[in-house]
Amino acid sequence: MKIWPAHFFAAVATSFILTGCNQSSTPGAGGTIKVGEFASLTGKDATFGISSHEGTLMAIEEINADGGVLGKKLELLTEDTQCKAGESATVVNKLISRDNVIAILGEVASSRSLEAAPICQQNKVPMISPSSTNPDVTKTGDYIFRVCFIDPFQGTVMANFASGTLKAKRVAVFTDVKSDYSKGLAKFFKERFKANGGEIVVELDYNGGDKDFKAQLTSIKAANPDGVFVPGYYTEAALICVQAKQLGLNVPLLGGDGWEASTLVEIGGDAVNGNYFSTHYHQSVGTPISKKFNENYAKRWNGKTPDTMAACGYDSALVLADAIKRAGTTDGPKLRDAIAATKTFPAVTGTITINENRDASKSAVILKVEAGKFKYLETIQP
Amino acid sequence: MTEFLQQLINGLALGAIYALIALGYTMVYGVLRFINFAHGDVFMLGAFAGYYLSPVVNKFLPAQSYVGGALVLVLAMAICALLGVVIEFLAYRPLRSRPKLTVLITAIGVSLFIEYTCQHKSVFGAAPHKFPDLIPATTINFNGLVIGVNQIIVLVTTAVLLVALRFIVQKTRMGTAMRAVSFNEPAAALMGVNINSVISFTFGLGSALAGAGGILFAMNYASIDPLMGVQTGLKAFVAAVLGGIGNLPGAALGGLILGLLETFAGGIPGVSNYRDGIAFAILILILLLKPAGLLGKSTVEKV
Repeated sequence: MKIWPAHFFAAVATSFILTGCNQSSTPGAGGTIKVGEFASLTGKDATFGISSHEGTLMAIEEINADGGVLGKKLELLTEDTQCKAGESATVVNKLISRDNVIAILGEVASSRSLEAAPICQQNKVPMISPSSTNPDVTKTGDYIFRVCFIDPFQGTVMANFASGTLKAKRVAVFTDVKSDYSKGLAKFFKERFKANGGEIVVELDYNGGDKDFKAQLTSIKAANPDGVFVPGYYTEAALICVQAKQLGLNVPLLGGDGWEASTLVEIGGDAVNGNYFSTHYHQSVGTPISKKFNENYAKRWNGKTPDTMAACGYDSALVLADAIKRAGTTDGPKLRDAIAATKTFPAVTGTITINENRDASKSAVILKVEAGKFKYLETIQP
Repeated sequence: MTEFLQQLINGLALGAIYALIALGYTMVYGVLRFINFAHGDVFMLGAFAGYYLSPVVNKFLPAQSYVGGALVLVLAMAICALLGVVIEFLAYRPLRSRPKLTVLITAIGVSLFIEYTCQHKSVFGAAPHKFPDLIPATTINFNGLVIGVNQIIVLVTTAVLLVALRFIVQKTRMGTAMRAVSFNEPAAALMGVNINSVISFTFGLGSALAGAGGILFAMNYASIDPLMGVQTGLKAFVAAVLGGIGNLPGAALGGLILGLLETFAGGIPGVSNYRDGIAFAILILILLLKPAGLLGKSTVEKV
C-alpha cells in the first residue's frame, strides 16, 4: 500500500534531498539540525495536513533565512501519514531511528498524534503537535507537547456559546465515533451544557468517511432540538449541513476547529451559512505578527489565505526553534525542558504559555459562517 | 409515522444506488465467475466524469436543467463503459486462461492503482471536490415528510436502467450471447459466439451502470474524492452477494435491502454508529439461512 505518489509528493513539496550518508547523530559544524514532521498530505483530511505542512515548512524556511539556530540550518523531513491508522507509528519510527531527527512536529488529527506520541516518548525525542486537541495526546508522557488548546476548552466554549449567545435549551449531539477528537469535544460539550441547565435531547453517531447522514438527521429532527453540536471534520460537517437543510432541519449547527477549511463552504454551499464553530485563529484577529504571517503565507503559497492549521503548524516550528535556542543544544532531555519552559511566547495564534500539562494555554475564537465566509465573532480567553 | 416514512425514502434512495453498482458486480460474475474489485473505482470515475463534464455541458445548455443533467449522466455512462472495456482489455484479458485467483488479485491491484493514481495532485488530488448541482435542488414537503427531487430522480433512473438492462439481457442477440457464455463458455464459443466481444460488452454495460451510480450518488452526496468508491463498492458487492451473485433482480433487491437496513439502523440513538455492523450482521444471518443469496439458485459444483 506504500505507493509512489505519497513519496513523490513529500519529496517535491519539501524540496529537500536526503544526503543519506550522514549516519552520525551529532552532525559536525556546517551540518543541519534535522526536524521530523508527519502530516496527512493525502487522504480524507489532506486539506488540514497540507495547510499544516505549508505553515511548518514556511516557518522553517524563515528561521533558516534568519541564519538558522545554533549556527546551523534546520532541515525538515516530512512523512505522509495518508490519513491511515497505523501509518503514523511507522513513519515516526522511521524518522527517529533512520533519520535521527531531534524533534517531531505533527499531527493535526488527535488519533494519529496519539499513535506517534508513545514512540517519541520512548525514544526521548520531544514531539510538538500543532493542532491535536484531544487531552490524552500530551498525557502520553513528558516529551509530548502541543501549541493549541485542548478539547475541554473548545467543548466548554461551544457549550457556553450555545446556552449564552444562542440561548439554546435543547441540543442534539452528533459525534464521529471514529475520531478521538470528536468524542472528546462531545464529552466536554455535554458536561458543560447540562451544567448550564440545558438538555441534550438526543445523541447520535456516525463514522468518519460516511456520506449518508440522513438516517441520523431524521432522528435528530424528530427530537426537535434548538441546535445540533457536530464536532467532526469538515468533509462530513459540510455533508451534514447540506443533508440537514434538505430534511428541513433549520437550526444552527455548531462545530469545533475541525470545521475550518474552505472545503466546508465549497461542498456545503449555502447550507453551511448561519452555523458557528470555535477555532484557534482567524486572519482578521489582527495582531502584528499575524498580519506579517498572512502576508508571507500568501507570498510563499501563491496567494493562499492561511487557515488555522497553517497558523498552528507555523507556531509549532517557531516554539521548537525558540526552545532549541534557549536550550543551546539539541539533546533530547534539555530540549524537552526548554520547550516546557516556554512562557508568553508571541506566536501567530496568540500568546503561548506551555502549562504543567504541556498544553498551550491561549485564547479561542468563535466564527460564524456567513455568505460562504468565516466571520470573526468573538474571542474567548482561557 | 412521518419519521418512519422519511427513513423509508432515505433508505430506498440510498439502496437504489447500491443496486445500480451491485448490478455491475453481478453481471461480470455471471459471465466470468470473478469479482471485479475495480468496479467501485469505476463508480468513482463516473462521479468525476460528471464533475468535469458538467461545466462543458453548461456551455450550451442552461445550468441546473434536467436536459443538461440527463446529458451529463449519459456521457458519464459512456465514458465509464469505455473505461470498463479498457480495464478488461489491459488487465483481465491477458489473464483469461489463468486461475481465477490470479485475476481476482489483479482486480485488487487495478483498484488500488486507480485509487492512488487519482489521488495524485496532477490527477484529481486527494481533497474532496464539490460535485456541481446538475438539477435545481428542490424538495417537496408533505406534512413534514421531505422528499428531495434528487431522491425521486435516483429511484426513477434506477428503475428505468433496470428495465433497460432486463430488456438487453433477455431480448437482444447480445443478451442471449451473454447468457450463453455465462451458462457454458466453451459450448458458446463452439456455437460461434465471439467470447471476447461478449465479455467486453458485459464490462462496458456493468461499468456504464457504475458510472450512472456515481452520478446519482454525487447528486445526493455532493462531496466526491478518489476513495469514495471503496466503501460504497464494498457495500454494493455485499448487496450483490445478498441478492444471489450472478442474479440481476437479486442484485437490485439486495441493494434496496442493504440501503433500508443501514438507514433504519442509523436512525436509532445509541446504535447509530453500528449502522454498517447491524446491516452486515443481518446479511450474515440471511446468508446462513440462504447461502446462495435471496434469489440465487444453489448449484451443485460440477467435479
